[in-house]
Amino acid sequence: MKFDLSEQGIREFNRFLHGPESRGALVEVDNPSGCHNLAVGALQNCQVTVNGHVGYYCAAMNQHAEITVCGNAGPGLAENMMSGTVRVQGNASQYCGATAHGGLLVVEGNASSRCGISLKGMDIIVGGSIGHMSAFMAQTGRLVVCGDAAESMGDSIYEARIYVRGKVASPGTDCIEKSMEEEHLRELEELLDRAQMNHSAKEFKRYGSARSLYNFDVDNASLY
Amino acid sequence: MCGIVGFYTKNPALQSSLGVHLSAMLVQMADRGPDSAGFAIYHDPVDAGLIKVTLQGDHDTDWQLIGQKIAEGLDPGARISPIATHAVVSLSVDGEKAVEWIDSNLDEVRMTSNGRSIEIFKEKGHPQEVVETFGLEDMAGTHALGHTRMATESRVTTEHSHPFSTGMDLCLVHNGSLSNHNRLRENLRADGIRFQTDNDSEVAAGYLTWRLKQGATLKQSMQAALADLDGFYTFAIGTKNGFAVLRDPIACKPAVLAETEDWVAMSSEYRSIAQLPGNEKARVWEPKPATIYSWERES
Repeated sequence: MKFDLSEQGIREFNRFLHGPESRGALVEVDNPSGCHNLAVGALQNCQVTVNGHVGYYCAAMNQHAEITVCGNAGPGLAENMMSGTVRVQGNASQYCGATAHGGLLVVEGNASSRCGISLKGMDIIVGGSIGHMSAFMAQTGRLVVCGDAAESMGDSIYEARIYVRGKVASPGTDCIEKSMEEEHLRELEELLDRAQMNHSAKEFKRYGSARSLYNFDVDNASLY
Repeated sequence: MCGIVGFYTKNPALQSSLGVHLSAMLVQMADRGPDSAGFAIYHDPVDAGLIKVTLQGDHDTDWQLIGQKIAEGLDPGARISPIATHAVVSLSVDGEKAVEWIDSNLDEVRMTSNGRSIEIFKEKGHPQEVVETFGLEDMAGTHALGHTRMATESRVTTEHSHPFSTGMDLCLVHNGSLSNHNRLRENLRADGIRFQTDNDSEVAAGYLTWRLKQGATLKQSMQAALADLDGFYTFAIGTKNGFAVLRDPIACKPAVLAETEDWVAMSSEYRSIAQLPGNEKARVWEPKPATIYSWERES
């Protein structure tokens, strides 16, 4: 099945993804030309391939669908996703995977600032590097970075886990490097496998919360 | 919100269609800024020693009368070419002198630009209407910048619309908001920089003009802006021969850059770049925070 967005409207396409007739469908989308809100709120188990670059909020709130973008994605990719898989062959702009609860997001290129901000359970695998303030206040879920991480990674992080293969410019407040135990190697191997990233889990370092911000410290009262 | 776009030709063959490309980019950004729009276009440079200014009036402006006043008071050889609510005036007098004379003698119009090659047009209304009003599609040139405005902090008026120019051939379009513009405006005024509005973006343009006047290069001025401007911004900046882009260190205002062998383009969103010839082969990237990107041709 083909949708050509130079002829058909984005709402028409999204409505199709919301309804039962898209269940099990194989859909190709042509001429996205950077449009916003493509494949937002998909509700069915279907496969969508987008040929070109997309704008804001592509695949946001996705449930069940497997969405592949053969190009770059604008801000808010897979924001608040619940389940399913989203793969971007190019780069993703700021705050991809923000607040997402579940499913798998793979960015084969780089992801820019605030990747996985307030992450709530989704797994994000980035083939390249991530921008500043990524995983800010990330609660749970996993962020895997095969390249480098920019400044303030994991600032005020809760229980999300971050694995980085390259350099971390600076971990944010309360984010520290942690030891790689057998459990973490296994979990990371499985994630890399699902994302089809060809790296050994042993090349990565793990980062997480020092948990020093969890409780109010009376000595800091004067700071507020 | 707001949308900003810039198009810079590397291949001279594209100069004749500059207006077509900028227009297509600008209209794509209408959703980001439907209340007013404007553009700066660099074309038809006047000879060294001459200057051209763009004057902005309204639908009732008597351009013949303005032309007469200029001929009598400033330059008998002045040529005035009205374009809708604006007019471009070529003068054979010193730039500073022209600016001062117009400021103090022509209350009924406002100067939007002065320089050897820049012209700035801006108006309230949907970007599509603004583009048609001034006939942007028929304009040729070397490079151009545009802005679509969704007013959040000051009124919807033509004078609050971008681009802003505070110095010869320099202009700036801005997506974002500055928080220290009042103090900075006072300091710059004390140093002789002129401002026409209370708009924060005009202060950024004034700041660059001030640095350039002190002898800094455009790059040095932008580097200094990173330290002195507080707020959110993605800027696109035009000079007589150059084009530059700068984002603040937090970089939450969007920006996309694209480059081919023939052109460089900047926009708030990829949608604008998708309108350009050869975009499918362009190198497309997101400019990094606090990093200066600039292109310049030999004058």
